[in-house]
Amino acid sequence: MNGFLGWIEERIPLMRVANMHAIQYPAPRNMNFWYVFGFLATIVLVNQIVTGIWLTMNFVPTSEGAFASVEYIMREIDYGWVIRYMHSTGASAFFIVVYMHMFRGMIYGSYQKPRELLWVFGMFIYLALMAEAFMGYVLPWGQMSYWGAQVIVSLFSAIPVIGPDLVIWIQGDYVISGATLSRFFALHVIALPLVIVILVFLHIIALHEVGSNNPDGVAIKHKKGSLPESEKTKYEIHEYYTSKYDIADDVLPFFPHIVLKDLVAFCIFLAAFTYIMFFAPEMGGKFLEHPNFEIANPLKTPEHIFPVWYFTPFYAILKAVPDKLFGVLAMFGAIAALFALPWVDRGRVKSWRYRCGLHKVNLIVFAIVFIFLGYLGGTPQENWKIIASQVATVMYFGFFVALFLYSKNENTKPVPERIPK
Amino acid sequence: MSNVSVDATESAHNDNQPENNTRRRFLTVATSVVGGVGVVGAAVPFIASWNPSAKAKAAGADIEVDISGIEPGQLVRVMWRSKPVWIVRRTPEILEELGGHEDQLKDPNSEAEQQPTFAQNRFRSMKEEYLILVGICTHLGCSPQHLKDGAFEEYVEGVPDGFFCPCHGSKFDMAGRVFENVPAPLNLVVPPYQFVDDTTVIIGSEAEVA
Amino acid sequence: MKKLMCFLAFFLPGVALAAGGNVHLDKAPIDLSDKASLQRGAQLFMNYCLGCHSMKYQRYQRSFQDLGIPDELGQEYLQFTGEKVTDYITRAMPEEAAAGWFGAAPPDLTLVSRVRGEDWIYTYLRSFYADDSRPFGVNNTVFPEVGMPHVLQPLQGTPTRTYEEQMVDGEMVKRYVGLKSDGKGSMSPDEYDQAVADIVNFLEYSGEPSKLESHKIGKWVLIFIAVLFVFVYLLKKEYWREVH
Repeated sequence: MNGFLGWIEERIPLMRVANMHAIQYPAPRNMNFWYVFGFLATIVLVNQIVTGIWLTMNFVPTSEGAFASVEYIMREIDYGWVIRYMHSTGASAFFIVVYMHMFRGMIYGSYQKPRELLWVFGMFIYLALMAEAFMGYVLPWGQMSYWGAQVIVSLFSAIPVIGPDLVIWIQGDYVISGATLSRFFALHVIALPLVIVILVFLHIIALHEVGSNNPDGVAIKHKKGSLPESEKTKYEIHEYYTSKYDIADDVLPFFPHIVLKDLVAFCIFLAAFTYIMFFAPEMGGKFLEHPNFEIANPLKTPEHIFPVWYFTPFYAILKAVPDKLFGVLAMFGAIAALFALPWVDRGRVKSWRYRCGLHKVNLIVFAIVFIFLGYLGGTPQENWKIIASQVATVMYFGFFVALFLYSKNENTKPVPERIPK
Repeated sequence: MSNVSVDATESAHNDNQPENNTRRRFLTVATSVVGGVGVVGAAVPFIASWNPSAKAKAAGADIEVDISGIEPGQLVRVMWRSKPVWIVRRTPEILEELGGHEDQLKDPNSEAEQQPTFAQNRFRSMKEEYLILVGICTHLGCSPQHLKDGAFEEYVEGVPDGFFCPCHGSKFDMAGRVFENVPAPLNLVVPPYQFVDDTTVIIGSEAEVA
Repeated sequence: MKKLMCFLAFFLPGVALAAGGNVHLDKAPIDLSDKASLQRGAQLFMNYCLGCHSMKYQRYQRSFQDLGIPDELGQEYLQFTGEKVTDYITRAMPEEAAAGWFGAAPPDLTLVSRVRGEDWIYTYLRSFYADDSRPFGVNNTVFPEVGMPHVLQPLQGTPTRTYEEQMVDGEMVKRYVGLKSDGKGSMSPDEYDQAVADIVNFLEYSGEPSKLESHKIGKWVLIFIAVLFVFVYLLKKEYWREVH
């Protein structure tokens, strides 16, 4: 077999790539629970692609046939319902995992130099994922599919001068219709998945180039020649890394140690995922909204229109601003602010373990505000909620303003040279 | 694990190396086996989903045909599983002729499995009077023409009725048996069928043996 | 002022009910594993609902198989217009006429349980009452101004909104106490409740036929994952033992 593998390796460096990126990649040994979500996100991505391919085998992307074809899959294809629920649960799981993954980046400063581009790639993945999920939700052509699309696409009419024409161009018709459905189908099935896969690939390459951060924000790659032999790692790490740096005895090889750790996390994730899939796929209307089990009716507007839960924080921000154009700008601004995080944070200390108490409070408040905004955006409107979402929106942007201000001359704790034992 | 090259002198945590390896190997194998079972289980819905759906099964279901209106010598065509099925009411003359050209047939006794057991006879049918065949040439799938009242004789001398396939010239007799020296290798297929009563036949399944 | 408050306090619940705001919904006493109930519900549905409502995403045969009804019996008791057992459950009424006769076409009911919920349907079907101002002579406390006639009237009779006169602070106040049937139906109130529960049970099944199988499979999947977790965890611990 070695001869065969050698023949392949001479012509395409499969083993070298595997060693560099999956086997002998140096991972910090203090990677904790927050570090499993990147791996889980890749698993969910694969799940969405595979179940998506299988759904496409029977889905009919026309306004006349879409809704019925989903029920056809649920009732008439053997185990079609399993594949459908894997896909719908996976969509929500994707966002849970990605939000945890992003929050990890925030608390450990994984967006700071030299990982700014890594963060930016990640934000592009997030954007692409939101577009992908939005278009995917239109496909079943239920009441929420139709009216959610109606509301969100019509936001673009707020753009001065070209707005209304732009909306018609996006829709391919004077209203949301079968024309919109078929183009969203093409974008959802192949265009955006390709973009996401390529971005994930770039994201991982960028990560491996600079190396993984860790919960202490301590460097594991040191200047070549700066470490005595006793402090260098005993594990076999690929020479792509060891030739450029001295790798400290703070690392573990990705395989088997990190892979096994990720597999444990995967089992726990799988238990939650399959529980939801088999026993509560609707999640009380949060993963599969009740109105969406009614076929789209352009003449009947549902009493309450909400986007799916993972968009609700931004929906709340949109509704908080009374003006249409500024509401749209605020909504997109909320995402743009995240893009700018590596430059908003002027600090040098990465992990919140060593930063000032205000930073910890700021981060936790941000998380609470984000979840609260989600609640406000996903429930029927009430008077107190209007004020509440305006306050919460200010607090959301306030996170970035505060961070910009205090990070310049922050009272940080000394960061150790090596990962604490 | 080749990348775990631990220096033997730094052996504070390596005392149990041999035992470690056995335990490690056992756990690795056991986990891989359980994991493999999981992968197979996860694959089941994907593979099963390719089975014919309820819609395909409905479309492919048995059909019931009322044969009371078929005239002697007439051929009636119905669709079953998207395939043409012929029902021919053979006259006594046609039935008599069936024995007259068996030396010109590739498989006169229907030894190849192109028919249910009840049709493994000269008439290739349950009732002599009614011939039921799948009207698809066993060469490359065209649908042969039914030539009667002597029209078949220009293709086979002395045989007045039969089926002629225009695509490549294959010829079959009035029991669907294929002639020698034609491209088609096999007799025409007889589908499973059963008679509900004298005027109704169900095509698609045989009667259950009591 | 206090009198006004009491007055309003008594009337407002009635007003709220009429407005269809947050109507109290009774809990539907259904059990998807009760095949007898599902069969009764199927029969009631085919007899009373299928005239106007379709269930067009479900095939007869699927319902027969899941409910334990042999095809021949199903065709005899549950199919009335000569469809094949593999056909979809479409309504007898022609599509074009439907909207014309009722204002809005009676909606398809295959998924109504997933849209409205079983408690809503259970309460709705037991909340019709006489109202001369409506085209069909009935209204509904759960769905005000509904266009649907009280199809199950032969079973329930026609309820009316009943009020009680009560003495409050020296004044006679009319208080709404609920719906009461005129007793002209073939069923007693308890029998009617059970019949409605059977229909709702059948609708709950029809909304998601895979649900019972899903619970069965899910149980085994979770057990498998627990076993896998034990092995993966032990394997991870074994390799991480050397790491401090």
